[in-house]
Amino acid sequence: MDVRTPIPTNGGDWQGRFKDGWSEQLAQLKARFAADIVETHVPPEYATDVPIVFVRPQGLVSILKFMRSEPGFEYGFLADLTAVDHHPDEPRFEVVYNLYSLARKWRIRVKVRVNEGESVPSAITVWPGANWAEREVWDMFGIKFAGHPDLRRILMDERWEGHPLRKDYPLRGYQIYPTPEQVKPELLE
Amino acid sequence: MNNKDGRIDFLTTRLDAVVDLARRNALWPLPFGTSCCGIEMMATLASDYDLARFGAEAMRFSPRQADMLLVAGIVVAKMAPVLRNIYDQMGEPKYVISMGACASSGGIFNVYSVTQGIDTILPVDVYIPGCPPNPEAVMHGVLRLQEMIKNGETNFQKRQRALKGGVEIASAERPSGRSTTGRQG
Repeated sequence: MDVRTPIPTNGGDWQGRFKDGWSEQLAQLKARFAADIVETHVPPEYATDVPIVFVRPQGLVSILKFMRSEPGFEYGFLADLTAVDHHPDEPRFEVVYNLYSLARKWRIRVKVRVNEGESVPSAITVWPGANWAEREVWDMFGIKFAGHPDLRRILMDERWEGHPLRKDYPLRGYQIYPTPEQVKPELLE
Repeated sequence: MNNKDGRIDFLTTRLDAVVDLARRNALWPLPFGTSCCGIEMMATLASDYDLARFGAEAMRFSPRQADMLLVAGIVVAKMAPVLRNIYDQMGEPKYVISMGACASSGGIFNVYSVTQGIDTILPVDVYIPGCPPNPEAVMHGVLRLQEMIKNGETNFQKRQRALKGGVEIASAERPSGRSTTGRQG
């Protein structure tokens, strides 16, 4: 394997190299998870650098599991797990999973659309490293992850009110606490 | 005291003036450097500018051994209780210098996660403007603090006077948590 093979970007001749593989992968996904896939987008028709798969929350975990281990996919590395707030549009949030295949040096993006109050299944069973990323998404956006073992704030103070990266959070919503956080006794065990 | 030629010299003064003379010329700073202001603070301490000329070179990283808190840099909301704890742990007399725009006012970081000036959580004696202030400005701040100690203008001395007069003042108390969520603009 040539280690200098570039990862998919908007530069170079990436399009010719990846186009067939991408359409094959998306066709395979659509054939297998027809009920759970909302839509798929491929560059350059859609303004993105890698393919995007929009999935329904109930099919998320099985699709991620499939993409992690299936030969031909092998997206073994959860590069990033984050969210986007599209307030006031409906559905409000997009949870974004950026996947990378260390074996094949390919990237793909999985997105789930959820509304306020709905929850997304946790990806911890697929990647244990999703634990803290999901806690951060909960902290910043207030999106709940069903099946998460320890869903509490990771960055902000435990006494914080609201979720600061939401579009409707006040721009100067300072909450300064001069007294330290109290450590919960059960966390010390 | 006996002079070399055998004459006896003496000096009359107030005790607190002598104590202040000693205190202002032996400030032991606690460097609370959180960002680029910390680099300028280090430059001030190094041999080119040499803060030792003003008796403030003995850096102590334990609040128990320091009497001048030099807050150099941005203090994020998570750091606010830590800074307040350090201030509370310092033995009196204690003086606070707020170095740079971020520590004094939040600077350019007018967002939810940043303390808008450390004077929202503890009393400050000297503010040094700049982003970051240059070493001359830091030295000027230290000299200004020495002048304030001489004139009895620091928050510590005001607090002492207020306590002697039997008056409690608000800045000695620990401020309670403030929540301004929902305030726009």
